[in-house]
Amino acid sequence: MSGVPASAFLSLALILFCIGLYGALTKRNTVIVLVSIELMLNAVNINLVTFSKYGMMPNITGQVFALFAMSVAAAEAAVGLAILFALYRNKKSVNIDEMDAMKN
Amino acid sequence: MMSGEFIAFMGIALVAVIGGVLLLNLSNVMHMMVALVFTFVSIAGIYVLLSAEFVAAVQILIYAGAITIIMLFGIMLTRHEDTSEAPGSSWRKFAVFLGVLGFAAVLYFGIYNLDLPQMENTLHEKNTMQIGEALYSKFVIPFELTSVLLLVALIGSIMLAKKDDEKEGDKE
Repeated sequence: MSGVPASAFLSLALILFCIGLYGALTKRNTVIVLVSIELMLNAVNINLVTFSKYGMMPNITGQVFALFAMSVAAAEAAVGLAILFALYRNKKSVNIDEMDAMKN
Repeated sequence: MMSGEFIAFMGIALVAVIGGVLLLNLSNVMHMMVALVFTFVSIAGIYVLLSAEFVAAVQILIYAGAITIIMLFGIMLTRHEDTSEAPGSSWRKFAVFLGVLGFAAVLYFGIYNLDLPQMENTLHEKNTMQIGEALYSKFVIPFELTSVLLLVALIGSIMLAKKDDEKEGDKE
């Protein structure tokens, strides 16, 4: 059982998480911000599946938890997009800097 | 020692990271979504390397299929042409970049020489069957709660996205 060390998978997940974090903090289109959040959730799923194989007791539980995380992420994407449509009807813009209705 | 598994991992990881970087740097929103599909499919390849075939199939179905399409709907139903930058955003971007870089450095310091001894495992044989048995025995209550969550998300997103009230519908 040789092959790829666990730290390689963890490093890949770290890189993807940082790309998602940077995109979520700097992009101005709200849809792209939602997509970046999905990328961060994906990176965390890689970690879960990695530890499901490389952990002290290799177990199927990590993969099952990744599946649950995916279903919650899908629900979050749907609700987020619905909120985005409601905002777009009122403001006629998806620019995230203009969504400051709760400020002031 | 370059085993085939390592070469496959490097190729898949390269495609995933290039997809992510293109997501950050492209200007057209449609091209961003195409780059994101590359990342999602390569993450499915990573799952196959981690002997999680069922999770890989679900990844392609949910992310490369459903979430990409729903985000494309979100892009096409809204106005996305204006890519004008706000004044002073380059300073903010630089600060965010430094912050993210620091975060990455701290985490990388924690994991770069993490050497986990690989135990014998049986994850690769009858993977889907193992997941099914775990879902319907040990995780049956979270599994049922997930169906409630998806129903709530479905109804909630319909309520949020439909027209507000009847009067507004009459005015059009």
